[in-house]
Amino acid sequence: MKSLAELEAIREKALKQVNIRKQGDGTRIVVGMATCGIAAGARPVLSAFLEEVNKRELKDISVTQTGCIGVCRLEPIVEVYKEGEERVTYVNVKPSMVPKIVSQHIVNGTPVVENTIGYVESRD
Amino acid sequence: MREISEHILDITQNSITADASLVQILVNADADADEFEIIVEDNGRGMSEEFLQNVLSPFSTSRTTRKVGLGIPMFKETSRTCDGSFEIESKPGKGTKVIARLKLSHIDRPPLGAFADTIYILILSNQELNFYIEMKCDSECSVFDTRKMRIVLGEVEFDNPDVSLWIRQSLEESERKVFGGKNI
Repeated sequence: MKSLAELEAIREKALKQVNIRKQGDGTRIVVGMATCGIAAGARPVLSAFLEEVNKRELKDISVTQTGCIGVCRLEPIVEVYKEGEERVTYVNVKPSMVPKIVSQHIVNGTPVVENTIGYVESRD
Repeated sequence: MREISEHILDITQNSITADASLVQILVNADADADEFEIIVEDNGRGMSEEFLQNVLSPFSTSRTTRKVGLGIPMFKETSRTCDGSFEIESKPGKGTKVIARLKLSHIDRPPLGAFADTIYILILSNQELNFYIEMKCDSECSVFDTRKMRIVLGEVEFDNPDVSLWIRQSLEESERKVFGGKNI
């Protein structure tokens, strides 16, 4: 069984570590989690973002949830806020798209255009 | 909604919107009483008597993007379909409590689903919030309290990779211990 003693050890280890990688610069990843988002499959998407950020040990990036973003037919919707840049809105997001969004956009700064709201809307 | 966990995730979103600082979630599967009870309780801003009267209607919502809100009506409908009951208690300034009781053996009862994963998501994506989670099934019981974690962790945050892994594993362990192999 997982115990709080283990957590204590994790704490001590964490305090010894110096944050070497600070790549996020306060980037926020926000997933729409109202009824519409959840019904469209937002939960595995949020889960995938948490896992990807964790796996890459990215610091200073927050993954949070919000309510209805307003375009329910395009859910799951994910918004990415990078400091000093315009917000990027991804639509119809699937867990399989997440690693690419993280590596190409969050880490390397180039949005995955073909999954953004502007691209999808102009195509339809 | 395909899973009870998705309803829980949805209802908890209301607590977050209501600026709660503590959300308590209880899932209790009782085979003897043939009852599956789900309680989501928060200390958010609560609802006025008037809003509470209308909250079960799909045409009542606090959202500003549209005039319909389906979260509560859908959970109520799921409870009704499964020969159950659905209640909401709320007091302005005190908080809100949602209680759903379903017939455990009902053929239409959605499975609990990915409960541990759902709670993990809630904790990690709302780190300023505290969660008290209670899972019960017959004689098994397990409690997870983020306030206790905070005391141990001090300034170390939940999104530290080791900490989040610990949270995930300990939730999965509890879920397996309480509900494992029981067709919940």
